Amino acid sequence: MKLAYWMYAGPAHIGTLRVASSFRNVHAIMHAPLGDDYFNVMRSMLERERDFTPVTASIVDRHVLARGSQEKVINNINRKDEEQRPDPIVLTPTCTSSILQEDLQNFVDRASIHSASDVILADVNHYRVNELQAADRTLEQIVRHCLDKARKQNRLDRSVTDKPSVNIIGTSTLGFHNQHDCRELKRLLQDSGILVNQVVPEGGSLKDLKYLPRAWFNIVPYREVGLMTAILLEKEFGMPYISTTPMGILDTSNFIGQIEKYINAWSFLLSRGEVHYKSYIENQTKFVSQAAWFSRSIDCQNSAGKEAVVFGDATHAASITKILVKEMGIHVSCSGTYCKHDMKRFSDQVRGLCDEILITEDHTEVGDTIACIEPFAIFGTQMERHIGKRLDIPCGVISSPVHIQNFPLGYRPFLGYEGTNQIADLVYNSFTLGMEDHLLDVFGGHDTKEVITKLLSTDNDLDWTVESQLELNKIPGFVRGKVKRNTEIFARQNNITDITVNVMYAAKEKLSE
Amino acid sequence: MKTLETLTFECETGNYHTFCPISCVAWLYQKIEDSFFLVVGTKTCGYFLQNALGVTIFAEPRYAMAESEEGDISAQLNDQEELGRICLQIKRDRNPSVIIWIGTCTTEIIKMDLEGIGPKLEKDLGIPIIVARANGLDYAFTQGEDTVLAAMTHRCPEYNVLKHKQEKDLVRGLGVNLAKTTVSYSNKQESDDCILVLFGSLPSTVASQLNPELERQSIRVSGWLPSQRYTELPPLGKGVYVCGINPFLSRTATTLMRRRKCQLIGAPFPIGPDGTRAWIEKICSVFNRKPHGLEERENQIWIGLKDYIGIVTGRSIFFMGDNLLEISIARFLIRCGMIVYEIGIPYMDKRYQAAELSLLRDTCIKMNTPMPRIVEKPDNYNQMQRMHELKPDLAITGMAHANPLEARGIDTKWSVEFTFAQIHGFTNARDVLELVTRPLRRNTDLGCLGWNNLSKQAIAI
Ligand code: SF4
Repeated sequence: MKLAYWMYAGPAHIGTLRVASSFRNVHAIMHAPLGDDYFNVMRSMLERERDFTPVTASIVDRHVLARGSQEKVINNINRKDEEQRPDPIVLTPTCTSSILQEDLQNFVDRASIHSASDVILADVNHYRVNELQAADRTLEQIVRHCLDKARKQNRLDRSVTDKPSVNIIGTSTLGFHNQHDCRELKRLLQDSGILVNQVVPEGGSLKDLKYLPRAWFNIVPYREVGLMTAILLEKEFGMPYISTTPMGILDTSNFIGQIEKYINAWSFLLSRGEVHYKSYIENQTKFVSQAAWFSRSIDCQNSAGKEAVVFGDATHAASITKILVKEMGIHVSCSGTYCKHDMKRFSDQVRGLCDEILITEDHTEVGDTIACIEPFAIFGTQMERHIGKRLDIPCGVISSPVHIQNFPLGYRPFLGYEGTNQIADLVYNSFTLGMEDHLLDVFGGHDTKEVITKLLSTDNDLDWTVESQLELNKIPGFVRGKVKRNTEIFARQNNITDITVNVMYAAKEKLSE
Repeated sequence: MKTLETLTFECETGNYHTFCPISCVAWLYQKIEDSFFLVVGTKTCGYFLQNALGVTIFAEPRYAMAESEEGDISAQLNDQEELGRICLQIKRDRNPSVIIWIGTCTTEIIKMDLEGIGPKLEKDLGIPIIVARANGLDYAFTQGEDTVLAAMTHRCPEYNVLKHKQEKDLVRGLGVNLAKTTVSYSNKQESDDCILVLFGSLPSTVASQLNPELERQSIRVSGWLPSQRYTELPPLGKGVYVCGINPFLSRTATTLMRRRKCQLIGAPFPIGPDGTRAWIEKICSVFNRKPHGLEERENQIWIGLKDYIGIVTGRSIFFMGDNLLEISIARFLIRCGMIVYEIGIPYMDKRYQAAELSLLRDTCIKMNTPMPRIVEKPDNYNQMQRMHELKPDLAITGMAHANPLEARGIDTKWSVEFTFAQIHGFTNARDVLELVTRPLRRNTDLGCLGWNNLSKQAIAI
């Protein structure tokens, strides 16, 4: 058992439901107690969905506990089949069914005898995987199911398209800015003369999955969801995939470079021979994206070398770290992720770019790290935004978990060239906000605040005298915390318990030596 | 539709959307200021709480999860040790006066003996531990509060008739000597004869609005369950009268009667001016008080509601059902002139709600409107079909259905808001109508735009 106040990634069934309800005409039935269909609320409220979320529950209650589900699950599946004829029905286990250990596969087998729809049991274990891993698996499972079925019926279409085409794999409902990203990706591909064969799961139809192999290669924009499917397609059909996230100018060029490589491998199919994207990249970088120009402009000079902390899912945290360091010259003191299952790859990505790598699912650890570093700005999830509020540090939200503000109506991609503009705005606004605040401090615009320690967990054995506290208050906010901490370190090193003004100056002299 | 003489009850499949009862933590930890709620469950429970409670989660709330891991499920880990370790940590960090364990589906299924472990750890730690099984296997949404209050009932101190009497005699003796001439004194003296404890968690402002309503009838409320602090729980026992202020507290009512030998006053609930008046009248009748000034007070409130009543009169409404407040709110809205097609409700305790149900029937007859059908354990899918036919002006529904219904041109009001808004007593009748009329008012403003149907899907789900 562990004491927990907050979690970054949700339980497994949420991942399964995100994938299932992203497809068109797929219905998910959860084997769950009353009240576990909260997913429907989130989808309806956060995504502002107009349509009913295609998720219902086969309810586990006292009777089920005493006597087992018996015919209940089967009846619920068959009923849904008659009411709506979904393409498949995905039976989704929850934590409750994980411990009940009922033979759900058996229910699925029996239900499919009468049901016109296919019935699939999502292969996820609540205690082994989290939301993101479950989403990844479920997507692979559904794709595999449809391909196998088509193969058996001899309907699998393996002929590649005449024109170069790709599948975009992994955009899903409740994903961070996924819909905008998808639109931006399509635009980028269109610019490069590439057709989009299919997008899965968002908006995809299971009837079309058998055409997946017709694409020349696959694109997996987010590592968390879609990688397993891409690997499956590579294994079965030799389809290569690109798992570089086209976020930021450098990675977007890198991404387009890989596209070029995969297309030219088939250049004999192309009427006009090999493609070259170099000039396209150059034009986009210099003139379409404002980000390259922005990093040269004097605005960006001001934030150069300032400290930032980055935390989020593996994809976004790694990409943003790269952008801050390589494209904007910002000093990333700590970069971290809660995607423990992808920690090796994450570390490889950000190693050398930051002072410290943090892999944790515990938000207090993140909070304490931020409090110790006292960066100029934070780029993180909603949780970091609140940590920032408490510490008076501006925060730009760059990753799930999110809330309704992160489902903007306006166009806000993170990927591609428009994405670079959005990110530049986000970064710039976070830094200037902080800067303005500090200027106000310097010019005495704020009321003098009481100095409190900002650490979330602390043990304080030092006494500040009244005079030294007043002195501390005179120091502008953005360095006040640092001065305080350095003084305290100095005091401890020298076994001083009462901090006077003189101790403060002594500490300062010591440091500037 | 013809007017039926009696109310009809139906029961459907129970495939409906509601919140898990552990959500009661959200309002109870705020109500009981020195408490700490520990939900012993899984990531599923935690995810629900963290998303349903929104921003409060960032405010260092006094609740947390004891999250079961695989080792706990396979009983490799010792529950008592694990819980002991966690509670010690809570004691150290927060030092609460009571820790309330919320049992969940998981603890039920693996049969974790929370009731057995609780007392042992209570002794070790020196903090009271209360166990409430508020899980999704047995209960819906607000019933969570019911299980917590029922468990808390056992912790109230024993009411001692004899001691009470002595004290009173003492006061009386003093009174005779000192205050012979005060006229109001005789009233005061009488009011001391009845010991009345109200049960149900209300924001303290609402509680302090209801107290004086009864004081006007010279009935003093001697305590509330729950109290503002755990350490101030009211004494209970033989000779104590209890009365509920919410329709979902049937277990608490039963426990108060059976286990603490209290006398239950079965009354309609103080929601809407009609309900509040009926509630006070019933309490008065038990204590042999003749209510005075009550009718005028009610009429005055109705006059103040005129503008809102103008909006709702003649409009139709459909309750999908998810929080057990449905009967009382429907009754009030019928009295306001609305037509109620259906009252969905998760669970119907006909005994505990008897007075409320008969007030509902009387109200229908008085207003000459058809009796609504009461559907216990509703089936959301079937309801959607019925709604498609009936085309109500307003649907009271959970958030899962609200946006899709709006996109199909049906105005909705989220039912959860009624749980968190202040809806009790004379003073707050306006707030109920404020909620109900909000979508209607908004849509009169937007009505002429012609964008009512915004879904490409057919009305069927
Ligand atoms: S229904 Fe059960 S498993 Fe789900 S959140 Fe509620 S207590 Fe937890």
